[in-house]
Amino acid sequence: MTPLLEIRDLAVHFAADEGRVEAVDGISLTVRRGEILGLVGESGSGKSVTALAVLRLIRPPGRIVRGSIRFDGRELLDLSEEAMRHVRGSQIAMIFQSPRTALNPVLPVGRQIARLFELHRGCSGHEAWQRTLEILRLVGIPEPERRASQYAHQLSGGMCQRVMIAMAVATEPRLLLADEPTTGLDVSIAAQILDLLRELGRRTGASMVLITHDLGVVAGVCDRVAVMHAGQLVECSDVHGLFKHPAHPYTRALVRSIPRVDREVTMEPIPGAVPSVLEPPPGCRYADRCPWVIDRCREVKPELLPLEHDHEVACHAVEPSNVVPARS
Amino acid sequence: MSSLLEARDLVKHFPLKGIRAWLSAMGGGARPAVRAVDGISLRLAPGETLGLVGESGCGKSTVARCLLRLIEPSAGRILFDRTDLSALPDEPLRRLRRDLQMVFQDPNASLNPRLTVRRTVDEPLRLHTTLTTAERQDAVREVLDRVGLGPELLHRYPHELSGGQRQRVNIARAIATRPRFVILDEPTSALDVSLRAKIILLLDDLRTRLGMTYLFISHDLATVKYLAHRVAVMYLGTIVEEAPTRELFSKPLHPYTRALLSAIPIPDPDAKRERLILAGEVPSPIDIPTGCRLRTRCPLAQPVCAEPVGLREVTPNHFVACHLV
Repeated sequence: MTPLLEIRDLAVHFAADEGRVEAVDGISLTVRRGEILGLVGESGSGKSVTALAVLRLIRPPGRIVRGSIRFDGRELLDLSEEAMRHVRGSQIAMIFQSPRTALNPVLPVGRQIARLFELHRGCSGHEAWQRTLEILRLVGIPEPERRASQYAHQLSGGMCQRVMIAMAVATEPRLLLADEPTTGLDVSIAAQILDLLRELGRRTGASMVLITHDLGVVAGVCDRVAVMHAGQLVECSDVHGLFKHPAHPYTRALVRSIPRVDREVTMEPIPGAVPSVLEPPPGCRYADRCPWVIDRCREVKPELLPLEHDHEVACHAVEPSNVVPARS
Repeated sequence: MSSLLEARDLVKHFPLKGIRAWLSAMGGGARPAVRAVDGISLRLAPGETLGLVGESGCGKSTVARCLLRLIEPSAGRILFDRTDLSALPDEPLRRLRRDLQMVFQDPNASLNPRLTVRRTVDEPLRLHTTLTTAERQDAVREVLDRVGLGPELLHRYPHELSGGQRQRVNIARAIATRPRFVILDEPTSALDVSLRAKIILLLDDLRTRLGMTYLFISHDLATVKYLAHRVAVMYLGTIVEEAPTRELFSKPLHPYTRALLSAIPIPDPDAKRERLILAGEVPSPIDIPTGCRLRTRCPLAQPVCAEPVGLREVTPNHFVACHLV
């Protein structure tokens, strides 16, 4: 069976006054049916741009300069705008990071959801409202009748995120793109939202791309993980492999840089800063921060190559023999 | 133990205004108020870091603002090195400010966009010290060097700096006058993972080198675990548990602390954990439940929880406010 989403050599550039910003530099990635893929990286690593590219929501001065995005075997980059709109409405949905700003402030939240049913499912007004209340109940909003007629500013951050999720799953999409869905929420509310997303995934069989900078969230929710650094995909693995044998020097540094509540470990910051992606030099963009750097790293961009089962890494310095288990 | 800073029964209520408050007062009821801080006591020993943790709206930032008297507490006493801050007139309080500083959460919003790095860091020195212009110039360079910023940034404006650099400028401004007590209000929550680690290590290093005392406010328990010697957990305006850091993380006793700890995502896909899940969301601080404040959400709640509960010491230095412990 073909994967649900297959991205090949995707590159997205933005034209700026100073030159070309290479936000996504030829990444290849697949999302299998029913799985949750974590897309991890720091700000500016290109995670969100990748998600927007899948929805073809890159606006000028940004442009998809090359690559292919196949959704369920169909090339999205060849679709007409009309057909793409249909895909966005009913097949691929996105959950944005700051729910309060993503919701319409002057329309009751229930109306915003009901509109989806009217537009994409051809429901009558009454039917759309009934289905809205149903979906609000499904995402765990108490008293849906009262909440549906309220505005975004009357809801807490956690409630707003539940409304966003309700909107995203309303049309039963087959792929959900969730961009930092719990950032800015309190830990206990964030845990509730992650439980909800996982449960919805299981129930509907939809695949999910979960964009996050939090490795804890990845470990708790995802089946597979893709790590991005400065627009390049550096490692892709099943979640167990990634945490047991992180192979790319960036992934290894990332794992060591976080303070942990579950064990006594020292915290080692990643050396250097995220490099600029404004007309960057060729080769691996981690080279300037990397302890294992060799001359070849600055000349040739490393390909993503298989390392072990379901574990690929893009690094000239990594060979199966020098991947040692993470400290535990 | 002598303490550098101590708060006793600190209270901050914000009375509600408007038609609802007026109606309630007319109806003979008490005038409603947001009970942001509702009787908390804290002690900080010289050189220690106390972590104050809790979720949004629990009153932790209000505590910080009261301690420095950026807002006036409704009741309670604040003692700084045997001076009663709560009763101090403006002028002596202003003179004490060089010892009491704060690093704010949002590095973008807390810097004046019209001031260069040099002027931002120079300002507290100009206001609180008697140094000459030349001496201040040296002091600014020195403090920037301490926080890892080079002299090439002196004439930059905040918008020309990265997020990490801005937070370093904020820290430089706070420590410029060599304060003895610094409140860190979520200093890393707006930063990326790799920057967060660097700033945490920097803050800890500065504390030991300069002999400062920190109140570290955060909702990020992992960071608190790294920086704090002791931790106090706040819920709806009160402290529900306080213990040395290691003890709090290994033997949390209050259901709220246990729920918070169990909700933190752990970067280990094989971790087996017992989850303690609280129902719903935090109640409004206008309408606080009687008795134990957590009882409306607590999975372990019993009838006895409707009775008032205060902090008590269950093992040495470990305080808990729970009927069931």
